[in-house]
Amino acid sequence: MTAAIQFLIDVLSLGGAYALMALGLVIVYGILRLVNFAYGELIMVAGYTLFLVGGTALPWLVMAAMAVLAAVLTGIATDYVAFRPVRAKSVTAVLITSFAFSTLLQNAALLFISPRPRNLPIPDMFSDTIQIAGVITPVRNVLTIAAAAVMLTLFAIVMKRTMLGIAMRAAASHFTMARMLGVPANLVISTAFAISGLLAGVVALFWLARSGTVVPGIGLGPLLVAFIATVIGGMRSLQGAVVGGFLLAFIDTGLNYSLPQDLLKFRDAFTFSLVILILLWRPEGLIRGPATGQRT
Amino acid sequence: MLDRKTWMTMALLLLPVALLVFGAEQVGVRLFERIAINLCISLALVVGLQVFMGNSGILSFAHIGFMGVGAYASAVLSIPAQMKGMALPDLYPAIADLQLQPYLAIAIGGLVAAAVAAVVSYPLMRLSDAAAVITSFALLVVLHTLMQHWSEVTNGPRTLFGLPNATDLHLAAAVAAGAIVIAVLFKESRTGVLLRASRDDETAAAAMGANIPLLRWRAFVLSALIAGIAGGLWGHFITSFSPNAFYLKETFVILGMLVIGGTGTVSGAVFGCFAVTFAFEGLRSIESGLNRAQIFSEQVVGLTEITLALAMIGILILRPGGLFATSEIGAMLFRRGAKAPPPLPGTPQAGPQEGD
Repeated sequence: MTAAIQFLIDVLSLGGAYALMALGLVIVYGILRLVNFAYGELIMVAGYTLFLVGGTALPWLVMAAMAVLAAVLTGIATDYVAFRPVRAKSVTAVLITSFAFSTLLQNAALLFISPRPRNLPIPDMFSDTIQIAGVITPVRNVLTIAAAAVMLTLFAIVMKRTMLGIAMRAAASHFTMARMLGVPANLVISTAFAISGLLAGVVALFWLARSGTVVPGIGLGPLLVAFIATVIGGMRSLQGAVVGGFLLAFIDTGLNYSLPQDLLKFRDAFTFSLVILILLWRPEGLIRGPATGQRT
Repeated sequence: MLDRKTWMTMALLLLPVALLVFGAEQVGVRLFERIAINLCISLALVVGLQVFMGNSGILSFAHIGFMGVGAYASAVLSIPAQMKGMALPDLYPAIADLQLQPYLAIAIGGLVAAAVAAVVSYPLMRLSDAAAVITSFALLVVLHTLMQHWSEVTNGPRTLFGLPNATDLHLAAAVAAGAIVIAVLFKESRTGVLLRASRDDETAAAAMGANIPLLRWRAFVLSALIAGIAGGLWGHFITSFSPNAFYLKETFVILGMLVIGGTGTVSGAVFGCFAVTFAFEGLRSIESGLNRAQIFSEQVVGLTEITLALAMIGILILRPGGLFATSEIGAMLFRRGAKAPPPLPGTPQAGPQEGD
C-alpha cells in the first residue's frame, strides 16, 4: 500500500510538471503548427533570472515572480525574433530560426554568465519532507502537484470562459476563418507565446528546485519531455498534452521502478522509440485536436 | 545526358576544393592544413545533408547521428588489436582481434550508417512537416543515447581513443569532391527531379504517380552514407572522440552552414560551408586572443555560436531560401546577359501571414 501511494505521488508530481511543459509547447503548436525549439530556454532564462536576483534581499516569492516574468518576456521575444519575421515564408525556416534562437540564448548564458552550474536560491521548505499516509516525500512534490492543479484549472477557465481563450481556440481550429471574423492574428500568437512562457516559468521553479542549480544546457531535458508528451498525447490537442504529460510520467516512473539497472540507462532510447512508433501509428497523436485543415 | 549548366556547376564547385588543397599545401603550415581537412569533412557533411534536405524539403536533425555511427563503426574496425584491450575493454570477443585497413574501415563505416538509416528511416519517410522533424529529432536522441551507453562498442560516454591517423588532406578533399559530384548528379537524376517535384507540391507529385516515401528514402540513405563516410574520416583525423561530438552543437553548425548558403542547391551548401568555416576560424582566433589577453575574468566561450545564430536568423528573415535559393552557380552564369527572370514565387506558405 505504501509503495502504491509512493508511486502515485511520484507519478502525479512528475506528471504535473510534464503536463505543464507539454501544454506550453502545444499552445503555440496548436495555433501555428510550428514547433518552438527555443522552448527549453524559457526554463533556462527563468533559472538564470532566479540566480541573478538571488543575491538580493527580496522575499523568495518576489524573486520567483521575476523569474516567471522573465520567461514570459522571453516567450514573447521568441515570437518577435524567430517566428514573426519568417513564419509566412517557410516551415523549415521557422524551425531553424527557433533552433538558432535557442542556441543564441544558451551561448549568451555561456558567454555572459558561466558554463559552470550556478546555485539558485531555493527556500528550505522545498527540500523538507513530510509524511502522507505513511509515505515520506519531499514537500516539493506536494507543491508541484498543487501548482499543476492550480495552473491547469486556471488555464482551463481562461480557455473556456474568456474572450481571449475562445479567440485562441478559434485560431487553433481554423486560423483564416478566425481572422476573417476579426480575431487579431498577431495578438493571439503573441498571447500564446506569453502563456507558453508563463507555464514554462512556473514549471521552471519546481524543475530547477530538484537540483538547485542552473546550467546553460538545462533546457534540453524539458524540451525533450515536452516533445514526447505532446506527441504521445496529440500534437494539437490541449487535453492531449495534459494526458500525454501524465502518461509519460507514468511510463518513466514505471520504467524506473521496473527496469534492471543496466537497461535503465537506455530509458531515453526506449521512450523516444515509443515516440517514433506512436507517430507512425497515429501521426496526430493519441487524442485528435480540433477538426481543421489548412495552415494559411 | 547532363546539360552544360550542370557540368559548369560541378566544375565551379570542385574548383574551390582544388584551390583549398593547393593553397594549404603552398602555405605548408600545419594549422592551415588542419583547417583545410576540417573544412573538407564539413563540406562532405553539409553536401550530404543537402542531398536529403534540399531535394525533399524536410528538415532532418538525424544527420550528425549517422556521422557518429560511421565514426564509431570505422573505429571499432580499425583500432589496432593491441590497443583494443585498453580503448574498448568491453568489446565483444568475436570482433576483438579484427583489424582492417583504415580506408576500408571508413568505407564500411559509411555502409553501416547507410544500412542503419535504411532500416530505421523506411517507415519514417511517410511523415511530413512537423511530425517528420520531431521524429528526426527523436532519432538523433536515440542514436546519441545508444552511443553514450552501448559501452561494448563505444566505450560509453568516455572518450574513445587509439584510432590510427589515416585521414590526410588529399583523402578528405577527394571525399568532399566525391560528395559534391554525387549531390549534383543525384539532384539531376530521375529520383532527384521527382523528389524535388514532391517538395514543391506533395499532392501534385503523388497524383502523377511519384512514390514519395520511396524517393525520400533513397535520398535519406544516400545522405546517411555520405555522413557515415565523413564521420569515419573525421574519426581517423581527430583520432579520439566521445559521443558528445555528435549531438546538437554539431547539428547546429552543419545546419547553419546549409541554411546560410541555401538548402535548395549544392552551390549553396558548398558556399555556406566555406563562408561559415572561414568566419568561424576568424572568430575563434578572436576568442582565443581575448582569452590569452585575459581581458575578462572568465573564459570567453560561445561567441562563434552566437554569431552563427544571428547570421542564420538574419539570412532567413531576409532571404528564406539562403544565398543560393533556387539556381545553381552554373545556371546563374549562363543566365547572365539574358533577360532577368521574373522573381520566383516564394516557397509554400507556412504560418499565418504577417500583419492583420
